[in-house]
This record gives sequence, C-alpha cells and structure tokens, in this order.
Amino acid sequence: MLLETAARPARTKPGPSLTSDQAERIRRIRRSGAYILLIISSAVFLLPFLWMLTTSLKSDAENLAFPPQWFPDSFHVDNYVKGWSGSLPFTRFLLNTILITALSMLGNLISCILPAYAFARMRARAAGVMFTALLATMMIPREITLVPKFIMFSKLGWVDTYLPLIVPEFFGVALYIFLLRQFFTTIPQELIDAARIDGASELRILWSVMLPLAKPAIAAICLFSFVGNWNQYLENTIYLRSVEKLTLAQGLGMFNGQFVTQYNQMMAVAIMSMLPILVIFFLAQKTFIRGVTLTGIAGR
Amino acid sequence: MTAVSPLARREARRFHLFVSPWLIGFVLFSAGPILAAVVLSFMQWNLLQTPTWVGFGNYVRMFHDPEFWESIENTVQYGLGSVALGVTFTFLLALLLNQPLRFQGLFRTVMYLPSVVSGLATALLWLNILHPDYGLINKVLASVGVQGPGWLASQEWAIPGLVLMSVWGAGNTIVIYLAGLQGIPKTLYEAAEIDGAGWWRRFWSVTVPMMSPVIFFNVVTGFIAALQSYVLILVMTEGGPGNATMVLGLYIYRHAFVYFDMGYAATLSWAMFVLVIVVTAIQFSLARRWVHYEFK
Repeated sequence: MLLETAARPARTKPGPSLTSDQAERIRRIRRSGAYILLIISSAVFLLPFLWMLTTSLKSDAENLAFPPQWFPDSFHVDNYVKGWSGSLPFTRFLLNTILITALSMLGNLISCILPAYAFARMRARAAGVMFTALLATMMIPREITLVPKFIMFSKLGWVDTYLPLIVPEFFGVALYIFLLRQFFTTIPQELIDAARIDGASELRILWSVMLPLAKPAIAAICLFSFVGNWNQYLENTIYLRSVEKLTLAQGLGMFNGQFVTQYNQMMAVAIMSMLPILVIFFLAQKTFIRGVTLTGIAGR
Repeated sequence: MTAVSPLARREARRFHLFVSPWLIGFVLFSAGPILAAVVLSFMQWNLLQTPTWVGFGNYVRMFHDPEFWESIENTVQYGLGSVALGVTFTFLLALLLNQPLRFQGLFRTVMYLPSVVSGLATALLWLNILHPDYGLINKVLASVGVQGPGWLASQEWAIPGLVLMSVWGAGNTIVIYLAGLQGIPKTLYEAAEIDGAGWWRRFWSVTVPMMSPVIFFNVVTGFIAALQSYVLILVMTEGGPGNATMVLGLYIYRHAFVYFDMGYAATLSWAMFVLVIVVTAIQFSLARRWVHYEFK
C-alpha cells in the first residue's frame, strides 16, 4: 500500500518538488527494496521445507550420521516407496483421512450455510441472543468440552469409530457461520427482493442468488475445513484406537515411536501427505484471494 | 396487532428452522458439555469407578498446586511472546505482500505454505531446527560467530523457541491482514498525498488507524489461540525440560487423558476459561484507546 501510493502518477503530486525523472528513480529503489525483503523472508519460510526435502532423500547411514549431514551425497528416492509401504499401512491411513475429511467438509457446508443465511437475512426475536451465544462458543476453550464430550461419546459406544469425528461436523462450526454471515450481509437487498417478487422460496434465493455471490467465502471455508480435518491430530488420538482406523497425521506420529526413527522415510511420507492440501490450496487460492478483495470492497 | 404480524411470525419460524442445525449442535456439543464440565469439576472420577462428590475439593487443590501456577506462568509467557512477535511480524509481511509486484501470488503461497504442514511434521521439523548442536538456527548463528542458546533443551530458551515456531506458521493471520489492507479506500491515500504527506506519514496516519480493528481482531484471536494451544508442545517437549513448557492446555490434557483424573481436568479447564476471559477483557478495555472504528 505504501509503495503503491508513493508510485502514483505525478498529477496528484503537489508543487514542483520532484521531476518525473527523480520520482521514477525513487519508485525503482523502493520496488527493489520490497523485492529484496520479500525474497529474504521467503527464503526463511522455505528453508525448513528445503531441509525436509533433503532429509527425505538421505540414505539410512546419512540419516543416523552424527553430526548430521545437511545434504545427501546421492538421492535416495526409494525412501518414498519404503516409507509409504513399510510396517505402517499408509495407504489405509490415506483412505481413512480422505473419508473423514470429505464427510466433515460436506457436513460443515450444509450446517454452516443455512444458519449463516438466517443470521444475516432473517428477523426473529431470539436472533440477537443466539448470535451472542454463537460468538461466545468461539471464545470458550475446547478443553472445557473435551472431557464431557469424551465421556458422552464413550457412553454412546462411539470410541474407536469415526462417529465422534464426523457427526459433530454436521451441526455447525461457529467460526465458519460467522464468516459466511459477514459475506451474506454484504449482498444487496435489491437482489433478494427481486427474487422474492419472482416468487422464489427462501431456499431458492439462498441457492441461486446468495451462494453464487458468496463463492469466495465458500471456497475459504472448504479450505479451512479441509486443512483442519486433514491435519487433525488431537481428537483422532483421543477417539481412535485400532491401527487400521488411524489417519495420516497419526501415522506420522507413530514413526517417532519406532526403534530407530527413520527420519528420511518419515519426511518422505510427510511430504506425500502434504501434497493433497497443496493441490487444493493452489486450486482454491484464486477464488479465495479474490474473495478477500471482494469482502474488503463490499464492506466499505 | 398489525397486518405485518403473521408475516413476521412466518419469518421467525423460518429463522428457527434454518438455524436449527447449529442450535441442536450448540445444545449437544457446547452448552451440554459445558454444564457437565461444571458438575464434573465438583467430582472425583477416573472413568471406571462411580464418581464421588468432593465439593470445592478440586478447586482448593488447584490453588495449592504449584505445577498449576507454573503452567499459568508458562501459558502467559507463550501467549505474550507469540502474539507480540506474530502480530507485528505478520503485519509487516502483509504490507509487503500487498504491493503490486510481480510474483505476488507466488510469494503469498510461500508464506502460507507452513500453515498447511501437518502438525506432526511441523513438530519434528522444528525439533531439528532448534537442536542446540546441529539445528538450522544455531548453525546459522555459528557461521556469524554467535554461540546459539540451547532452545528446547534449556529452561529459559524453550518458550522463545516455541514462539519462533508459532510465528512461522501464522499464514492465516497474514491472509486476514491482506483482507483488511485491501479494504482501505484508495481515496484516503490520495487525500493524504494532496496534503503533502510522505509515505511514512501515510502509514502512521492512514494505514495503521484504518487497520486497527483488524490488528485488534488478530491480537484477540491470536491470544485465545495461543492460550489454548498445546498439541505441538505435547509432541515436542511433553512439557519439559523440567516444567519449562508445561502450558495449561497440556496440563489439562495430562490430567484428563493420561491420569484419567476427569474432575480435576474439568476444574483446570475452568481456570483456562477464566484466563481467556480476563485476557480478552483487558484487551477490550485497552482497545478504546487505540482501535479506530470508521462507523460506530
């Protein structure tokens, strides 16, 4: 923002203080300064990934070497195969993770869109109280509900099943409802009134007017939900017991408990289990960033 | 009443219908468990035997528990550190990422990347980055002739090490800042420029005040998240060395799912709730001094 406005054309500049030549030079210096800062900070952010990658390509001997070697002498791509199809059933873990993530995301979408629309566009006497309760649930530590929820699900006999991880996802997530509601409130009332005059039902308005306009927010929620469930570790560890039911995040944790930790294979598996999220992020990013821009403009 | 009434009643009925998924979930998975946690905090229960009523026993025990007070201290230290460093550093990054430069999308993706790494991989990665002898950070420090600290192996540097890790994974905060920056009307900058304001002046008099509600949001939610976080700490240090990284969340987890001391765990969670409320309330009262709202 600062540099951009500094680079505004000379017509908005007061007085004769700068010639266009000097202004151009200042603009260039600032721009290259920004690039240098960005490249340095990107390097800091990327360095751990580079290390992850080189570790995943080390031989077993290099893995155990002390002091450790930062770069492998030759690339051992077979770590990827060995890690994945070693003593832990990672293909099974992958399928489990996909199942839990997909169902949770579906549940989040259904259960967040409807309440968000109601909070944004419908009037009822209890609406204010309910909205306060919604915001309050965002502030209450999940530790408070963790213990009673565990007791409840174990009484229901749901421990060591996927039900405690999936069923609650069909009953709304406060943060996502709040986010969607903010989006829905920015959509012009005229559009809704026009649809009402045409005789559209509420569900129809939601489906054909609101949802297409709120696509960026929906994309953001899909992304948050996907990443959150894909990497979910704590609740999975509390509820899942049998090895064949575990997820990728837990499988990675189990690498640690083995006799000799094979960091090279472990990092290979970690990289592989990250790939689906990266693909989703790249696909959603355009819609998402545009959505961010849209909220900004519409909110003012 | 008036003729509007049946319409309003119909709208209210629809509202309740639409809200019902969340409302049912709220009762089942939030309000119910919260009430249960209140009851539980007055009991002693190991999940196997029948619970026994101990009155305020758990609360008395908590106030006399030195490990509890230690965990509060660690939690506050970690919260202050990660929010202070995180909020300023990510703000500066967001300012940079908001420049109309080439490869903008690429830079944004790079900064968001750490947020998608699985918690476990993050933990192991940082165990190695922070290793006292051969860790990445101490290697870099050694190359410029500085002897790095022991990080997670030392009592006083363990929390700072965890703070560094938390800043590395703050991609969501950057995204929220970017959203705010794009919402600042361009006309404000143009007006400031006509008044002869340089870029530093525009930053302090336009960007910072206009962004203050967003900064405030990030501070509040950042604190709540930091006070509640412990999963990575559980994997990395299990609270050690000594009790240096035993944060409150970890202490609760240990009592609930390692010692199966459910009543005391519930009591400790209420302490966490009070801590979150107190910190949030302090922030809201301070906010009046520095947060600028365009529309009241």
